[in-house]
Amino acid sequence: MATSVVPPVQDDRIRPAVPTPRLPVAKQRKRPKTATDWVVLAVAVAFGVLVALPFLLILVNSFKSPQDYTAGGPLSLPTSLYLDGIVEFWNRVEFPAKLWNSFVIAGLVAFFAVVISVLNAYALGIGRVRGRTWIIVLFLLANMLPQEALLYPLYFMFKQVGLYDNIWAVIIIFTVIQSAFGTYLLSSVYGTFPKEVLEAASLDGASRWQILWRVIVPISRPTLAVLAIFFFIWTWNEFLIPLTFLVSNDNQTVPVAITALQGDRLMDVTTTSASALLGLIPTLVFFLIFQRTLTRGITAGAVK
Amino acid sequence: MAVVDTGTTEARPAREGRRSSAALPPEESLLPGSDRRGFWLYLIPGFVLFAVVILVPLVWNVYLSFTDYRGIRPPTWAGLDNWRELMTDDRFWTSFVNSVFLIIAMVVVPTVLGLLLAAMLFDLVGRKFGGRLASFLRATYYLPQILPVAIAAIVIGWILRPENGALNTVLEAVGLGAFQHNWLGSPDTALLSIMVVMVWVQLGYPVVIFMAALQRVDPELYEAAELDGAGWFQRFRAITISIIRPEIFVVVLTCTIAALKVFGPIYALTRGGPGDSTIVPSYYAYSEFFQSQQVGYGATIATALTLVIVVITVFFIRAQNRVERTERER
Repeated sequence: MATSVVPPVQDDRIRPAVPTPRLPVAKQRKRPKTATDWVVLAVAVAFGVLVALPFLLILVNSFKSPQDYTAGGPLSLPTSLYLDGIVEFWNRVEFPAKLWNSFVIAGLVAFFAVVISVLNAYALGIGRVRGRTWIIVLFLLANMLPQEALLYPLYFMFKQVGLYDNIWAVIIIFTVIQSAFGTYLLSSVYGTFPKEVLEAASLDGASRWQILWRVIVPISRPTLAVLAIFFFIWTWNEFLIPLTFLVSNDNQTVPVAITALQGDRLMDVTTTSASALLGLIPTLVFFLIFQRTLTRGITAGAVK
Repeated sequence: MAVVDTGTTEARPAREGRRSSAALPPEESLLPGSDRRGFWLYLIPGFVLFAVVILVPLVWNVYLSFTDYRGIRPPTWAGLDNWRELMTDDRFWTSFVNSVFLIIAMVVVPTVLGLLLAAMLFDLVGRKFGGRLASFLRATYYLPQILPVAIAAIVIGWILRPENGALNTVLEAVGLGAFQHNWLGSPDTALLSIMVVMVWVQLGYPVVIFMAALQRVDPELYEAAELDGAGWFQRFRAITISIIRPEIFVVVLTCTIAALKVFGPIYALTRGGPGDSTIVPSYYAYSEFFQSQQVGYGATIATALTLVIVVITVFFIRAQNRVERTERER
């Protein structure tokens, strides 16, 4: 996967991220472990524990009653399974509705942004229209801009057309922002599309439109899947624009709804912990589902 | 996100292998017998959306920065008033100084630690204790990256709660009660606490990128250097750093941009306070837009932030291209 999304413009020194054949496992195992090795391992593990600790604290304390927390402190295991904090917060934010909003927004953005990326990349990567380098730079710039620089005009425009406080405003905005990155990445992928395949397709008399949907899209499906997953998670995690555009309780996304309740006086210590737990569970679930694709894909855009 | 090397595709000589097709003269499309011009049709939806959502708002925002606008009556032209005010606005400069601290937390610390951790995992842990353990640790470091950043802030914020937070409770329990502190609520530690959140969030990104980059390092190169008597650190500096330099550039650039754009954690934890101790440009712009109703001034802050980001990006790409050119000439 990682190799197919490497942009075509590459430094000659750098080989694509294909794993170099490593030493055979058996040979590696035989290397003696020195004391330094164990120290390095201990340091690496200690960092891992440090990074994981906040997750564990949230997990343990979300299932405690406030009294249990006061008595045993944050590090003890719950004395009895206490679900009131989670249940109370779940009901207070109407969590299923927020999950659904986030899901619809992120899902539609992933779909639309991939479609727009494919159309753009077809013209730029395969059609090689004039001035394509500058067009790609323009799209990349869009992805880099601080959203604050677009925020007020967008707010004003969507208010004028009656889409303020409507999830479609957020869907349209993120379709453009995500597809800007997708266009950039996919144009490089399509720039290296196997020529023989395209030749064969046009010899068969297929039209430009047919070649796109019947040949190019099916062949590049793995790349498109990675893009869609990324767009989904990135959109799910967005904060500023959903916060500005989705003001009514019914339209809020998961991160916005959870953040909105943080200052609340009624939130005792374990309920707050439960709110953080509910905020992180969905992304952890996506991560587990898409783990393989993701860990490969993270590096996709990075290798120059 | 890699950096585009503008216009070099045509200029470079054809290379061997499957990449040669990319270096052919660009006069025609890759689709035989298909005119390049016909492909413009496919760009129409993308262009229209781009114009409506990016281009028009961006230009409009720049225009607003030259106006006095409260969001109700139409904007009135104010010339350079906002910009003049900005130059002498202590709050604005404080927000940029805070951004520098966030760059330390999101760029400097994660890149340095990330390099060391990636080298440790790849070099030692992966080779001597098995690749499985190395990838498990890598996944652990990466975990905070996948969270919505506001939620990540809430997680750490929960630990730092003033009266009964985990950190203060533990300090009390081990007899260090004197060190208890209102971490997010006092001006001396609020920014530091935000920095801790950001280091935690950001660390996994360089580790993952650098570990992927290290795959390119030829193990024989290491063994040769080892035979020549080079120590671990010498090998790390001479081989590892020079080979994965493109990734270091990418990580530093993307993280710097991300650090300048931070908004969620500030909104979730401190709202810029106490005082102005954690204010950042994006939060300042947001509060001018929607709380003070000083839209013109908010637009000025947002435009200034955009300019800074564009300048930094251009500077980085040029520096990177220069380094690569000298490297090639050697």
